[in-house]
Amino acid sequence: MSAPAGSSHPAASARIPPKFGGAAVSGAAAPAGPGAGPAPHQQNGPAQNQMQVPSGYGLHHQNYIAPSGHYSQGPGKMTSLPLDTQCGDYYSALYTVPTQNVTPNTVNQQPGAQQLYSRGPPAPHIVGSTLGSFQGAASSASHLHTSASQPYSSFVNHYNSPAMYSASSSVASQGFPSTCGHYAMSTVSNAAYPSVSYPSLPAGDTYGQMFTSQNAPTVRPVKDNSFSGQNTAISHPSPLPPLPSQQHHQQQSLSGYSTLTWSSPGLPSTQDNLIRNHTGSLAVANNNPTITGVQYGEYVNNQASSAPTPLSSTSDDEEEEEEDEEAGVDSSSTTSSASPMPNSYDALEGGSYPDMLSSSASSPAPDPAPEPDPASAPAPASAPAPVVPQPSKMAKPFGYGYPTLQPGYQNATAPLISGVQPSNPVYSGFQQYPQQYPGVNQLSSSIGGLSLQSSPQPESLRPVNLTQERNILPMTPVWAPVPNLNADLKKLNCSPDSFRCTLTNIPQTQALLNKAKLPLGLLLHPFRDLTQLPVITSNTIVRCRSCRTYINPFVSFIDQRRWKCNLCYRVNDVPEEFMYNPLTRSYGEPHKRPEVQNSTVEFIASSDYMLRPPQPAVYLFVLDVSHNAVEAGYLTILCQSLLENLDKLPGDSRTRIGFMTFDSTIHFYNLQEGLSQPQMLIVSDIDDVFLPTPDSLLVNLYESKELIKDLLNALPNMFTNTRETHSALGPALQAAFKLMSPTGGRVSVFQTQLPSLGAGLLQSREDPNQRSSTKVVQHLGPATDFYKKLALDCSGQQTAVDLFLLSSQYSDLASLACMSKYSAGCIYYYPSFHYTHNPSQAEKLQKDLKRYLTRKIGFEAVMRIRCTKGLSMHTFHGNFFVRSTDLLSLANINPDAGFAVQLSIEESLTDTSLVCFQTALLYTSSKGERRIRVHTLCLPVVSSLADVYAGVDVQAAICLLANMAVDRSVSSSLSDARDALVNAVVDSLSAYGSTVSNLQHSALMAPSSLKLFPLYVLALLKQKAFRTGTSTRLDDRVYAMCQIKSQPLVHLMKMIHPNLYRIDRLTDEGAVHVNDRIVPQPPLQKLSAEKLTREGAFLMDCGSVFYIWVGKGCDNNFIEDVLGYTNFASIPQKMTHLPELDTLSSERARSFITWLRDSRPLSPILHIVKDESPAKAEFFQHLIEDRTEAAFSYYEFLLHVQQQICK
Amino acid sequence: MAFTFAAFCYMLALLLTAALIFFAIWHIIAFDELKTDYKNPIDQCNTLNPLVLPEYLIHAFFCVMFLCAAEWLTLGLNMPLLAYHIWRYMSRPVMSGPGLYDPTTIMNADILAYCQKEGWCKLAFYLLAFFYYLYG
Repeated sequence: MSAPAGSSHPAASARIPPKFGGAAVSGAAAPAGPGAGPAPHQQNGPAQNQMQVPSGYGLHHQNYIAPSGHYSQGPGKMTSLPLDTQCGDYYSALYTVPTQNVTPNTVNQQPGAQQLYSRGPPAPHIVGSTLGSFQGAASSASHLHTSASQPYSSFVNHYNSPAMYSASSSVASQGFPSTCGHYAMSTVSNAAYPSVSYPSLPAGDTYGQMFTSQNAPTVRPVKDNSFSGQNTAISHPSPLPPLPSQQHHQQQSLSGYSTLTWSSPGLPSTQDNLIRNHTGSLAVANNNPTITGVQYGEYVNNQASSAPTPLSSTSDDEEEEEEDEEAGVDSSSTTSSASPMPNSYDALEGGSYPDMLSSSASSPAPDPAPEPDPASAPAPASAPAPVVPQPSKMAKPFGYGYPTLQPGYQNATAPLISGVQPSNPVYSGFQQYPQQYPGVNQLSSSIGGLSLQSSPQPESLRPVNLTQERNILPMTPVWAPVPNLNADLKKLNCSPDSFRCTLTNIPQTQALLNKAKLPLGLLLHPFRDLTQLPVITSNTIVRCRSCRTYINPFVSFIDQRRWKCNLCYRVNDVPEEFMYNPLTRSYGEPHKRPEVQNSTVEFIASSDYMLRPPQPAVYLFVLDVSHNAVEAGYLTILCQSLLENLDKLPGDSRTRIGFMTFDSTIHFYNLQEGLSQPQMLIVSDIDDVFLPTPDSLLVNLYESKELIKDLLNALPNMFTNTRETHSALGPALQAAFKLMSPTGGRVSVFQTQLPSLGAGLLQSREDPNQRSSTKVVQHLGPATDFYKKLALDCSGQQTAVDLFLLSSQYSDLASLACMSKYSAGCIYYYPSFHYTHNPSQAEKLQKDLKRYLTRKIGFEAVMRIRCTKGLSMHTFHGNFFVRSTDLLSLANINPDAGFAVQLSIEESLTDTSLVCFQTALLYTSSKGERRIRVHTLCLPVVSSLADVYAGVDVQAAICLLANMAVDRSVSSSLSDARDALVNAVVDSLSAYGSTVSNLQHSALMAPSSLKLFPLYVLALLKQKAFRTGTSTRLDDRVYAMCQIKSQPLVHLMKMIHPNLYRIDRLTDEGAVHVNDRIVPQPPLQKLSAEKLTREGAFLMDCGSVFYIWVGKGCDNNFIEDVLGYTNFASIPQKMTHLPELDTLSSERARSFITWLRDSRPLSPILHIVKDESPAKAEFFQHLIEDRTEAAFSYYEFLLHVQQQICK
Repeated sequence: MAFTFAAFCYMLALLLTAALIFFAIWHIIAFDELKTDYKNPIDQCNTLNPLVLPEYLIHAFFCVMFLCAAEWLTLGLNMPLLAYHIWRYMSRPVMSGPGLYDPTTIMNADILAYCQKEGWCKLAFYLLAFFYYLYG
C-alpha cells in the first residue's frame, strides 16, 4: 500500500503537472475564447464559460495549480514561485472574503496553497480541519471515502463551485445551503469575474461553510481515520502514515482525482519537510511489512469504499496478500494502479488508451504517463474511459475529468453533509462499503481469481446529480465498462465488441435484479469481422459432456487430466489429444492450448457437426422490374456493382448464382453453360408457380460467367419500356424458395413498391395524416403472415432472404420485413430512391451493395447461447428463428448482424462468484468449411445493489431496452413502449435513490455508471422508431425498428445518439495514427443547438449518415480549404463530398471522416448542410437535447423523471 | 333426478369435459416438450394450432347447451372461460390459418410460461368442472 502510494507519488507528480499545467493554461486561455476548441463549455454562454473556467480555476488554484507548478518544474525542485503567485491569488481570495470564520482562515492560510497540505498530513487532525475548511462539505466526503475523503472532499468543494454555476439551486438542495447560496450568488453575479475575485468569493464561502461544518470536521478527521481503521484495525498506529496513504490510494483510485489528491501529497513532499517525512514514512511503511500490511488493508478498503481504482487493483492486492507481503506491497501499489490499467485499457478500448497518451502528451505538461509513475497514468485511465482521456487541455480542469467528478462530489458531499449535520445517518450508509469490502476481499481472496467489485465502484457509483450536471456527455466516446475481474481473467475475457452484458456485475438473485430495475441481457455481435482469430483444427473439439459447453479460458483444471466445466460444473476428462499443445509443441499443458488462452476462437468442425455435406454458396437475385422499378433505375446500379464484384463474391468453385425478375409475371433466366446467350423464361401463372427448368436456373458462377455478364449487361435495358405496374412479389418469392430449397443460400430481393398481385399482396395501410400523430401509431405489425411463413419455410431450407426496399411510397415494410426477420436476412431501405434525382441514395446503394456482395457470409448456421446454471435465456432479439430455448437458427449469418438476449435469473447464484456466457456459432463458410466460432464472456456475481449499479453498461442497457421497446410497440402499442422506456429510467433511478437513502429527494441522482441513461432514453424517445408528434413515415419508423433489432451495439448507439464534432478547427492534438495517417480526435459535443456556433462547422455522425453543418459565419478559410468554395454563399445546397484539397485542414477533415467511415461496414453518406438550407431540419432533428414541439428537452425530461420519481 | 334435458346436458358436458381435459394435458405436454427442446416450434405449433378451435368450440357448445337448459349457475361458472376464449382468439397474432400459436414468438419465455400456466389452469378448471358435472 504505502509502497504504492510512495511510488505513485512521483508518478503522480509527474503526471499531474501536465494536467494541471494544462488546466491552468486552459483556464487562462479560456476567456480568450473557444479557440482551443475542445472545451464545449465555452460555447455555452460565454459568460458562463468564463465563469466556469475561472471559478473552477480559481478554486483549484490553491490546490491544483500549486502542485502543477511544482511538478512542472520538477518534483525535485520546489520552486515556490508559482506557488507563491498562486498563493497570492489564493490568499487574495481568502482574504478578500470577509471571512466569517477566523479560524478557518488561519487554517487556510497555513496551507496557503502548499503548506496547507504539507502540514496537514503530519497532524491528521489538522489536516482534517483544514480539509474540512476547504471542503465545508468535506466531512461527508470522508464518510464516503472513508479515509481518503479529506483531500478529496476539499476538491469536491472546489468543484462544487464550478458545478454550481450551472445550477446553483441544486447545491442548496444537497445540503450546502450556505455555500450554495454563496456560490450561486457569486457565480451568477460574477459570471465575468476574473479568477481572482471569483475565487475569493467562493473560497470565502467555502471556508465559511467549512467552518460551519468544521466543528464536525475537526472531529471528523479522527473519525475518518477511525473509520478506515475499522476496516483494517491497524491503520491507526501511525495516524500520519495512514492519512497520506489513504490519500494516495484515493488518488490512485480516483482517476481524475488522483491528480488532485496527489497535489496535496506532492506539495508536502516538495515543500515541507514534514510532509516529506510523511512520504518518507510512507516509503518506510512500504518497506515495513507490518505497516504495509496495515495500510494495505486500508488500501483495499479504501479502494472499495472510495475510489475508482483500476479494476484489477483489488484482485492484485488480494492475491498478493496471499503471497508475499513485500511483493504484494510493491506490486500492489504499482500494479494496481499502473500496469493493469494500461493493459486493460489498451485491450479493451483499443484506441482510447493511445488517445489518452497522445492527448496528455500534447497537453502542455509532457509525458506524465511514461515517467516515474505508471500509477498516475493508470489513475486517469482507471476512470471509466471517458473521464481521463480527454484530449483537450481546456476541458480537463473541469470540463472533463473534473466536471464529471464534480457532481459526484457535490452529491457525495452534499448527502454527507446533510447526513453530518443531522447526525450521521449517512455515515452508516457509507460504512457499508468499507465493511462489505473487507468481507468481500476475504471471500474473493479465498476464491482466488475474483477481484472484488470494489475497485470500479467509487467512480461508477459516484452519485451524479443529473439536473445539476450540465455537461453530462463525456468528450470522448463512451467505452464499455470493464468487468471487475482479476487481471488474468480480464485479459482473457471476450472483447466487448463481440459480447457485452448490460450488467457487468451480475446480481446474485432475481430479487436483487428486480430491485435494481435494470434490464439484464447480452448484446452479441458474433460474426464480426475480426482481425485476429485463432482457428483451431483438431480431431476432437473438447466440450463438456453434459452441457456441451466448449472448453474456454474460464474452465478450471482440477489436475492435468480433468477440467471442470464453468457452466454446469461437471468434471470432464481432458482427452489425450488436448494434452499436446501444437503452438508450443509441448505435452502436458492443456491450459496453454489456444482454446484455453482465447475467449474467441474458431474451430474447424468435423463431420459430426454436419447434417449434410456443407452447402456451396448459392446466391439468387430476385429483382423487381415493374415500371416503378425501372423508373427508379436501381437496376443499373445493381448490375454494375454485381459486375464489379462478381469475382469477389464469397465462395469456392461450387458457387452458384441465379437471377429472377418479376412484375406481374415471373421471369427466369436460363444461364446454363453452353447457351449462346441468356434465355428468359416467363411464367405467367402466378397462382401456382412452377420452375420451368429447375436445373439450369441456378448455375455455377465460374462455368457460366460469360452468360452472367451478358445478362447483367442486358438487364438494365431489357425493361425500359415496360408498362407493367403490378408487382407479384409473393409468387416470385415462392418460386425463389422452390429454387433454393435443395441447397439453401441467400436470396436478395429488390422491391420498389407494394406487392399488388398474387399471394402476399398488400394494401396500403398508412394514413399520411397520422404521420405526426401523438396518439396511436398503427400498423407496426405485419398485415399478413404470408411473408413470415415463407421466411420460416426458407429458414427450414437454410435460405435467407435479404430485402432491399427502394421505394418512393409506402410499401408496408412492416409486412415485407418479415421475410428477412425470420429467415435471418437483413433489410436495407432506401426511401425515395431514384438514381438521378436522389444521387446520395444511389451512392449509398452502391456502397452498401459493394459491402453486401463482398462481405463474409456463413451458411446454414445455428447459434447456441449457453450460460452458467441458474441463468436462462428469456427472449431473443435480432433476425433469426428461435428453434429452441437457447438455439437460434440462422440460415445465413453476416458480419453486420447483431443480436440481443434478455436473461433471467432462475436460481440464486450464491454459490458461484463468476458466471460465464458462451455463444457458439456453427456455420458453413463460403468455402464449404464447417466452422464453429465460440465467444466466452465471464462476469463476476455480486450480492449488493450498489455493486449492481456500479457495473451497469449503460449503452448495452439502452440497446437492450430499445429492442424490448420495439417488441412492445409491435405487440402492444407505441405509447406503451414509450411509457416503458420512461419508466425504465424512473424505476432505475428511484431504485437507486432508495438504496442511497441519504440522498435528498429534491435532487435527481444517478450513479455515475448510469448518468447517461436518461439522456440515451430521451434520445430513444426522439428516435425515428419511437418518436411521436413529428411527422414520421410509417416505413421509416418500421425500418428504424428493424435496425434496432438487428444492428450490433456499436452501430445502434450511433443511431440512437449521434456523435457531434466540431470540425472547423481540427488540430493534431490528441490525434491518433492509423495507417500512417494522422487522425484528429475532436471532442464530442453534446447534441444541442447551443453547441452550434455560427462561426463553426460541425460533423454529426449518425451511423448511417454523416452531416456536416456549416454555420453562416463559418470561417472562410475553412470553407475554402475544406469545402473548396470561396464563401458561404457559394456552397451548393446539395453537396455530398468533400473535395480532395491539398490543404492541411482539408486533409485533417478528410482523414477524420475516413477514419469514422472505416469503422463501420456500411459506408455512410455525407450531407453537407448549410445553415438555413431546408435540409437543416434533417440535421436538427438529431439534436436530441433540445426541445422540439413534441418532445422534451433533456432538462425537461429530467424534471419529468424527477417528478415521476417523487410521485 | 329425472332424465331431463338438463341432465342430458350435464352428461354430455361430462363427456366433453373429459375430452377437454385431454386437450389440456396435451397442451401442457406440448409446451413442456418445447421448453425442453425436444420439438421444433414449427412442428409443435402445427400440431397445436388445429386443436385450439375445436377445444373452444366444444366448450362453447356445451355452454350453449346449458343456456338452452337454463342452467344459469353452471352457465355462469363457464362464462368466464368462454369470455377468455373469445378474448384470446381475438387477440391472436396475425395468422392465415386457424390457431393461436405463432412459431416465431412461441419460444419467448414469457409466452411459453404463459401458455404453460394457461394449460395448467385450464386443466384444473376442467377437472373441477368434471366433478361438478358428475355430481351436479
